[in-house]
Amino acid sequence: MDPHLWLKRKGRISPYEVAFWPIVLVLPFWLFPTYLSLSSQIAITALFCISLDLILGYAGIISLGHAAFFGIGAYAAGLLSAHGWGEPLSGLAFAAVVAAFAGWIVSFMIVRVQHLALLMITLGLGFLLVELANSLGSFTGGADGLQGIDTWKLLGVWKFSFWGKTAYAYSLAVLFILFLVCRRIVRSPFGLTLEAIRENPDRTTALGAPNRAHLQKIFTLSAGIAGIAGALLAQTTETVSLESLGFQRSAEIAIMLILGGTGRLYGAILGAIIFMVARDQLAGMNPQYWYFWIGLLLMIVVLFMPRGILGGLERLAAFGRRR
Amino acid sequence: MKNTLMTICALALSLAGGTALAQETVKIGVINAYSGQFADPAAQLDAGIKLYMQIHGDEVAGKKIEIIRKDVGGIAPDVAKRLAEELVVRDGVDILAGNLLTPNALAVGAVSEEAEKFMVVMNAATSIIIKKSPYMARTSLTAAQLNHAFGEWVADNGVKEVYTMVTDYGPGIGSGAAFEAAFVAKGGKVVGADRTPVVNPDFSPFVQRIADAKPEALYAWVPGGTQPPALGKALAERGVTPANTKIYAQGELTDDAALEAMGDVALGIVTAYHYNVHRDTPLNNEFVAAFKAANDGRDPDIYSIGAYDGMHLIYEALKKTNGDASGPALIAAAKGMAWDSPRGPMSIDPETRDVVQTVWIREVQKLDGKPANVIIDQVDNAKDPTH
Repeated sequence: MDPHLWLKRKGRISPYEVAFWPIVLVLPFWLFPTYLSLSSQIAITALFCISLDLILGYAGIISLGHAAFFGIGAYAAGLLSAHGWGEPLSGLAFAAVVAAFAGWIVSFMIVRVQHLALLMITLGLGFLLVELANSLGSFTGGADGLQGIDTWKLLGVWKFSFWGKTAYAYSLAVLFILFLVCRRIVRSPFGLTLEAIRENPDRTTALGAPNRAHLQKIFTLSAGIAGIAGALLAQTTETVSLESLGFQRSAEIAIMLILGGTGRLYGAILGAIIFMVARDQLAGMNPQYWYFWIGLLLMIVVLFMPRGILGGLERLAAFGRRR
Repeated sequence: MKNTLMTICALALSLAGGTALAQETVKIGVINAYSGQFADPAAQLDAGIKLYMQIHGDEVAGKKIEIIRKDVGGIAPDVAKRLAEELVVRDGVDILAGNLLTPNALAVGAVSEEAEKFMVVMNAATSIIIKKSPYMARTSLTAAQLNHAFGEWVADNGVKEVYTMVTDYGPGIGSGAAFEAAFVAKGGKVVGADRTPVVNPDFSPFVQRIADAKPEALYAWVPGGTQPPALGKALAERGVTPANTKIYAQGELTDDAALEAMGDVALGIVTAYHYNVHRDTPLNNEFVAAFKAANDGRDPDIYSIGAYDGMHLIYEALKKTNGDASGPALIAAAKGMAWDSPRGPMSIDPETRDVVQTVWIREVQKLDGKPANVIIDQVDNAKDPTH
């Protein structure tokens, strides 16, 4: 097949996609108006999940410390706001730049190691940042969390209130725009090269692809997007704590991604939705022991759908077509 | 199919909302860390709420009290804030209670202010929390309250020099600072200050430094749980004992489990606390007996008493407002309220809305052959000095 044609077909918009976005836009506002705060945090988590998918799903960089960039973004936006500039959009841009810069610095180290060493380095990075934020207590608020964040009205019009309308519209809009950007990137020749590097780095080297430079680019981009997700959370909840940098958040995001299916972008969104809705509902029913059911759900998914829920659905669809 | 399901869900939701409005209920949303590493204190806090309702019933001023529990899963202010928002908009709660951990309580406070809901902090002990919302009251303690009173008491009892060692995070640093400030203001001198790590600390190098410095007195602050016995052992091993160094600490250091682990080494340690499980008064004995009966023989602790008194404040405030559960009405009723708690006399400061109570000074002495915390002095009407 002609490669251009193939690329084009790969990038074609499917009817499922066209249906998906209006649904997530309308459904919470219309049917679940009291779930808007949750919806907003799901959108933010989905964005964070997508940032991990870029490096894990597409470029094959395993990270257990991606919350580092999420937290950097959150603190960047939070600190900016606490020091008197609470305009949300510029705060978002500032957080993206800071987190991407941090990601760029770290990327020099990341692209030199693989597998277990990669896990150790990303894990250690997360721990270092938590400790740093804790010891800079006068600056970050330490264990009590950053205080004094005040997010101004969105575009000078919409106020962030506890009903969560503005928060959800804002988070979803940012998610949608960045999703389109990521979609374009992973379906470009650059994105395909990343997948090739993931599958066989020696081969891509032989073909003349600059492996390290490519990986650095995607890692920096991913860090920037994670930073934006963190900034969104900081702005919409007006809180930032040490936990936004912590291991728990890194691990949960990886779980969601694996649950939904890696290397698909939609897997990241679906994983975030399923995990967070399940957690909300299960914890509502049984505040003490809900983790049991989450664990069960994870084991079932991993056992029966090793490529995640979306991967499982795809296989099911393919199976149906063959019949 | 999907649409029908959605419609059913929506219908069910609206019905649930409708019936709740039809009854005369006051809903209390409890945001607490039921799962995760703080699950144990959270359970003790929850037991305090349950016990109060078990004893005093679930009806006040003609209204039924309904508790809605939400798990925040640890320190997670973003989740706590969302849960508070959901409690207000979805469940329609009138009161926000629980609030075990400081970062979460601060986040919930923002919702309390915006939604004008009465909020009761049943544990979190950082001074600034109370300023987050004008509809908030606290029934636990503040670290500054306890340690300010303690610092003054230590200075008043003739101690001139103290070495401080606190855990390197918010509560420890805050407590240590409050103690030092009060102690120095009374003419004392801080001869050394160390900070120990939060997680899995090895106390021996720190204690060795103290042993080398040979200070007149040591002030130590560690979080409750596994650290007090570990510190106790390290102190004993390096010979830093009340025999040669006066040891002062917040009550966690000598709780029952820690005393058992430390044994006779603990004799002579002086601690300050706002609640003594073993204080022998009819009110406390009754409370402890009821608590033990309801919780498989486990003793209540500061989390339980904070929640128990928190519920008391809610019930009494509701009685005073005749069932009006609006934020402004309840906080007005709560201001200045005073009562006899199992912990001792306590009240809500009419200006700061923070807790005012007796700080008990205890010394570890041998009682019936076992080390126990014996009250040797008290500081009445202790307030948070930072307000």
